[in-house]
Amino acid sequence: MGDCLMATVQTMPSIPVPPESFEARRNQYYSTKILKEMLGDVPQDALKLLGVTDEDLCIPILTYVFGEAQVGGTAAIVSLARLRQEHYGLTPDRPLLLERLRKESLHELGHTFGLIHCPLRECVMYLSNTVVDVDTRGGDFCRGCRTVVASKTGTERRG
Amino acid sequence: MTMEKKVNIMVVDDEEIVRASLTSWLEEDGYRVEAVESGRKALELLPQRNWDLMLVDLKMPGMDGIQLMDEVHKTAPEMLVIIMTAYATVDTAVKAMKKGAYDYFVKPFNPDDISLTIRKIVDHHKLVRENLFLRKELRKQYKLRDMISKNEKMLEIFELARTVAKSSSTVLIQGESGTGKELLARAIHDESPRMDAPFITVSCASLTESLLESELFGHEKGAFTGATVLHRGKLELAKDGTLFLDEIGDISLKLQMDLLRVLEEREFRRVGGSELIPINSRIIAATNRDLAAAIEEERFRADLYYRLNVISIHIPPLRERREDIPLLVDHFIEKFNIEMGKEIRGISEGAVRILMSNDWPGNARELRNVIERAVVVAKGNIVTEADISLPSVPSGADHRTKSLEEIEKAHIRVVLNENQWNIVRSAHALGIDRVTLYNKIKKFGLKKEGVAPKE
Repeated sequence: MGDCLMATVQTMPSIPVPPESFEARRNQYYSTKILKEMLGDVPQDALKLLGVTDEDLCIPILTYVFGEAQVGGTAAIVSLARLRQEHYGLTPDRPLLLERLRKESLHELGHTFGLIHCPLRECVMYLSNTVVDVDTRGGDFCRGCRTVVASKTGTERRG
Repeated sequence: MTMEKKVNIMVVDDEEIVRASLTSWLEEDGYRVEAVESGRKALELLPQRNWDLMLVDLKMPGMDGIQLMDEVHKTAPEMLVIIMTAYATVDTAVKAMKKGAYDYFVKPFNPDDISLTIRKIVDHHKLVRENLFLRKELRKQYKLRDMISKNEKMLEIFELARTVAKSSSTVLIQGESGTGKELLARAIHDESPRMDAPFITVSCASLTESLLESELFGHEKGAFTGATVLHRGKLELAKDGTLFLDEIGDISLKLQMDLLRVLEEREFRRVGGSELIPINSRIIAATNRDLAAAIEEERFRADLYYRLNVISIHIPPLRERREDIPLLVDHFIEKFNIEMGKEIRGISEGAVRILMSNDWPGNARELRNVIERAVVVAKGNIVTEADISLPSVPSGADHRTKSLEEIEKAHIRVVLNENQWNIVRSAHALGIDRVTLYNKIKKFGLKKEGVAPKE
């Protein structure tokens, strides 16, 4: 993922999901509240902060979200819940799960770089509301979106 | 990765949390979103932007979603409204759809449903916009009866002519010869309620003063030597139709006065007669002369000018609307195909180039004559360079149709180009001083074109 973002990636110790983000009626977590909580934990030398959780995420108006990001902001979060094959009654597939997680993470982080959804299916910023969308879209930024990310990370990819 | 035009979405919901989450989610998709908490606020916001879509909550204090939709549709009947509700009742859903909602969503939405719906709307809008654009493009290649053009100025003239046609106002058409003044006058007549009444033309330049007088007003039997029968003038013949006075700039001062009186009183007498005959026709006058200059020189009465110039139309010369040349060429080829029973399918690129680079002092009429000849002589079913015969080559060697001023302009341009636009040398060659040359360059609007080698 660091390659695609042209940045170094560091893993932080895990933190508990804030209990106030739990929506008891829906048995899901309100992702925006988690994002707010995460903002208090951003290390000084970090450009962006990505949270990964096993919990199923939602926002009040949508039945679920794969993840959420502050467009042009710092924090993003991705949920594994709906990326797992077993969520759809299928056999677990760890490599597929990791690839989906990688794509979703890039996608949400892309939003923190100010990117909106890209009309190109081969771009990781292409809109996806289903795992089929996640699997069919590309795994990296298209040229246009990459330029935006590069301008924000202060690096230009050579070649 | 850019979207051509941002789609504007208005979210109306009394719950802050819904507004916030829907806004941020839609913004990720690249939409421009504005969220308000009440129907009243929504109506305030409505005229401020070109909204593509409204997402409206059904249950709100004060004005509910359906009432708001009704209000919105009063001023914006085309507005697409999606009703959102937390309570899924078939009744309200049916009611909303019957009232004209585009769709109906139960909160919370499945993200896939809403994004597909919005995509569908956006695509639909794109098609509508494309359709509008294409229709506009089509309208650009406009025809007004026998006239055809895609030049902005000409299209404005066509538009004006259509409007004017509905009235009885006097129209003055100015323009160089061959620009289609009579065609436009006929078009105005044909578009007017007078279309079934006669269209009568008087060519003022071709007649002597006394002949013109009798031509216009007619004469009684015995009014003058040779007037053996009663003769009705064109003013009388035009009845409830249109009288077209061509080359009005060429009539004598005496006739100008007579005409002015007639126009003012809307009645006249035949030459040698005493009966007052009312005028019911609409008058359209045309001239290729600069009437303002003629007034300065006291060759044309200012009061007649103002009487005629109620609606003023100036047709630009063909060289100022070169984009019309290919259009006119096709139009003429089609016309002559029918007249001559030919089957010319088009014109070669080289031939079009020649036609495009000509200055057309005789305007569309001259172009028509050139095409007529080309259609006659064309051997195959394509008009080629060989079929084009221009009366003058662009070097300006032929002066037949040019005024003294045009020759002066052409000559100055040649000399300037010969001297690489060196003003001192050019002025010397022309035998005038520098300032005079500057003034002439300004007057004629001469511009340095990538100094062409002499032909």
